[in-house]
Amino acid sequence: MASVEERQFHIEPFPGGTPGNQRLVEEGRLPDYDVVGTRPIRHDGTDKVTGRARYGADIKLSGLLQGFVLRSPHAHARIISIDTSKAAEVPGVHAVCTNADMPSATHRAGDLGEGVVDWYHLNQNVLASDKVLYTGHAVAAVAADSVHIAEEAAMLIEVEYEVLPPVLDVRQARTAEAVVLNDDVRTDRQPVGEKGDEPTNVAKHFHYQKGDVDAGFAAAEVVIEREFTTETVHQGYIEPHTATAYWSPDGKITVWTSTQGSFMIRMQVAELLAVPISKVKVVPMEIGGGFGGKIAVYLQPVAAVLSRLSGRPVKLNMDRSNVFDATGPTPGSYMKVKIGVDAKGMITAGEAELLFEAGAFPGSPINPGCMCIFACYNVPNGRIDGYDICVNKPRSNAYRAPGSTHVALATETIVDEICEKLGMCPVEFRMKNAAKEGDERVDGVTYPPIGMWETMKAVELSDHWQSPLEGPHRGRGIASGFWFNFGGNSVVAATVNEDGTVSLIEGSTDIGGTRASVAMQLAEILGIAAEDVTPTVVDTESIGYTDVTGGSRTCHATGLAAIKAAEDIQDQLCQRAAILWDVEADGVEYSDGQIQAVNGSEPRTISFAEISGKLNQTGGPVVGRGSVNADKHGGAFATHIADVEVDPDTGKVQVLRYTAIQDVGTAIHPSYVEGQMQGGVAQGIGWALNEEYHYGDDGRLHNASFLDYRIPTCYDLPDIETIIVEVPNPGHPFGVRGVGEVPIVPPPAAIANAIYHATGVRLRSLPMSPPKVMHELLSNDE
Amino acid sequence: MARQRIISTSINGNPVEVLAAPRQTLLEVLRENLDLIGTKEGCSNGNCGACTVILDGRPVDSCLVLAVEVEGSEVETIEGLASTDGLHVIQDAFLGQAALQCGICTPGFIMSTKALLDENSSPSEGEIRFHLAGNLCRCTGYDKIVRAVEQAAAGEMN
Repeated sequence: MASVEERQFHIEPFPGGTPGNQRLVEEGRLPDYDVVGTRPIRHDGTDKVTGRARYGADIKLSGLLQGFVLRSPHAHARIISIDTSKAAEVPGVHAVCTNADMPSATHRAGDLGEGVVDWYHLNQNVLASDKVLYTGHAVAAVAADSVHIAEEAAMLIEVEYEVLPPVLDVRQARTAEAVVLNDDVRTDRQPVGEKGDEPTNVAKHFHYQKGDVDAGFAAAEVVIEREFTTETVHQGYIEPHTATAYWSPDGKITVWTSTQGSFMIRMQVAELLAVPISKVKVVPMEIGGGFGGKIAVYLQPVAAVLSRLSGRPVKLNMDRSNVFDATGPTPGSYMKVKIGVDAKGMITAGEAELLFEAGAFPGSPINPGCMCIFACYNVPNGRIDGYDICVNKPRSNAYRAPGSTHVALATETIVDEICEKLGMCPVEFRMKNAAKEGDERVDGVTYPPIGMWETMKAVELSDHWQSPLEGPHRGRGIASGFWFNFGGNSVVAATVNEDGTVSLIEGSTDIGGTRASVAMQLAEILGIAAEDVTPTVVDTESIGYTDVTGGSRTCHATGLAAIKAAEDIQDQLCQRAAILWDVEADGVEYSDGQIQAVNGSEPRTISFAEISGKLNQTGGPVVGRGSVNADKHGGAFATHIADVEVDPDTGKVQVLRYTAIQDVGTAIHPSYVEGQMQGGVAQGIGWALNEEYHYGDDGRLHNASFLDYRIPTCYDLPDIETIIVEVPNPGHPFGVRGVGEVPIVPPPAAIANAIYHATGVRLRSLPMSPPKVMHELLSNDE
Repeated sequence: MARQRIISTSINGNPVEVLAAPRQTLLEVLRENLDLIGTKEGCSNGNCGACTVILDGRPVDSCLVLAVEVEGSEVETIEGLASTDGLHVIQDAFLGQAALQCGICTPGFIMSTKALLDENSSPSEGEIRFHLAGNLCRCTGYDKIVRAVEQAAAGEMN
């Protein structure tokens, strides 16, 4: 391949999109596919626009009871006693349960795909018995004829608490004087694998080092060190958590729920209820958003226990305040970061100390935060220390590129400051320092082919970057971001129908169009139309184990499984053609949607549709199987451009124009790739400008509603332009990388940089809400 | 609990009599009593718009309306939009523009869009964004939703 500097690129509209949807094209390297890269109507679309799609709360079963969960009013308290007797006597109540109705749990680690959990902690999070650790922590539950009866009965449950002081700030929580939330937590030092001796709130300490950091900083011309804070934020999916369960007299538990991973729910329910996984069947309903927050169980085991006690199916729904109080969030953080650059503008060293809120129990995304912080650049010398720290907030969960958005705020605003000091264009700086194939990250990983440099090339060529921004109080900022993506386990089974179509079943729950993107990959291999594949997401007893829809893995890994299934079908159809033609199977080939006799036998062809009608006469139906444990997912890089206007009287920041540029490897269904990019940007803008958990000194969450925890509306946002960059991932036949997560990473930093260029004020604390911006503007004037 | 009462109303053009408690919201009665599960619950306090229905020509959050209040009214829900001839032009536009990801907010957006286009058949982008600001979507960033409403408006004019 030519060196990057010699390669020629241009930007053009991505076919089938609106003018704001473009792509970077490298001359002579345009991919050539029939189905991949087109925009068919998604297979589940009609159900979703007609209201027929059934989400978690939409399940109806005969004899169904409704439940209600009683939650803690205190942020931190010891449970002295729970008396449920009055609730149990209410007419219409069929069961009341507490933690005592679940099997006792022990300290063991379980891997949920996007984070590790200790089973004892998960047991305590589902229903507390020892302590409550945040407002909204579940303590008991009731099942009744109606949700209203259940709620009224739950109010009669008497819980005696010994209230303890809450610990809300990570810096305070790690001091020796801090009240310890979990007396079973000891500091786990990684990667060395040593455990501390004393109870502490510091659950984990990750340490990474590369090169000679002190020498690196000594060689620097400019060294900038800054401190940053971010607040706790929520994933904000529109569908609240919900679970329905039936515990049959034969011991079988069936759970209907909306989740990112039905097999992960099966594992957690089985583990917490001490039954084999074969005794649990999880039926995934449509899922109304997750973003990492619908992987761990909350209601599912409780509904199952209530069902066992009542002998009836039980449904539990959270309301919106429960969702904010007790689920989600992604951590607030404190970060201290230092970067050194030499006179030529090359990074010489980086150093970071990162403190992330774990929430009530260990498990923040501190390790990915450590691995992402310098990931966009070739940093020759680096030292990173990251701490996972328990505080009296809900147990934190993955949220779209977990940990990476926090650290990008630090790195990317420091880079902007360095560029200003050096008088260097921020695009030129990033192109010079961009991580490339073969570069080693500070945590020791060496990059495969990646597209960080190409995203900068797209910035340089973009209309947005080339258009001047005029007017007072306006500024433009750019920022880059990284996410690993993931591979993992996926299974697809595909049956050929007599009419030349294929029924595809998969275990990946479809959170944003993956039925379509997985079906399209099978269609491309078989040479049939996307519409000739019918994809269905099935329950845990109808397909093999499949990891969560998370980590930006589904289009990549479940796509790989679909490709394998298609190739299996091709092999079998060639054998059937050989039977029909009475030739050797190795003399038959599948190409361009048809089967051909080759190798000297007389030339014959039969189309996919034709042979589909002859399967029953040639050996029976054909089912293709694809099972993968994918591990070549390739990383994702994004660079965003933001134009803002800052109101000097109110501190309100309006985003005027926004362009998201991202290396996606290959876009299977560009509309849903653009949609992921645009959706990530919207969440990132909310995180940047507005979203935060407000806690009182007593540890109570003050804004547990969509009115007070205000996510962006369409009136707040501009059009979000997209430029898709396609640097193929060699670990996938079509070059697919993950798409979904990285677009949330750059927005806070890009907007912070834009605010600086508009006002001369640097904000290093999220959210950059009007009062905070106003405070900085006024301080700057003094 | 207070005694249930019979509510007579019209839903998607069909006369309906339903027995409901005074405390039940229109959202709860649509979903639980009438099995019209296309209307979604996102927050139950009027902040997200997922439960939008059209009540006597106006878009409302059905979680903020008590069922007893719709006595004698006309209610339109997502289930009434498609006909035996096929999808409504707004539904077609949402599909064509890929204006949904998870889809939980989609019925509410479609009903709000219908209320807008019933009143203003060629809204500007600013009018679309203003009118739909009561409907929250966390997946799409709204861009493709706005494009879909523009397409539906153009289709309705044709």
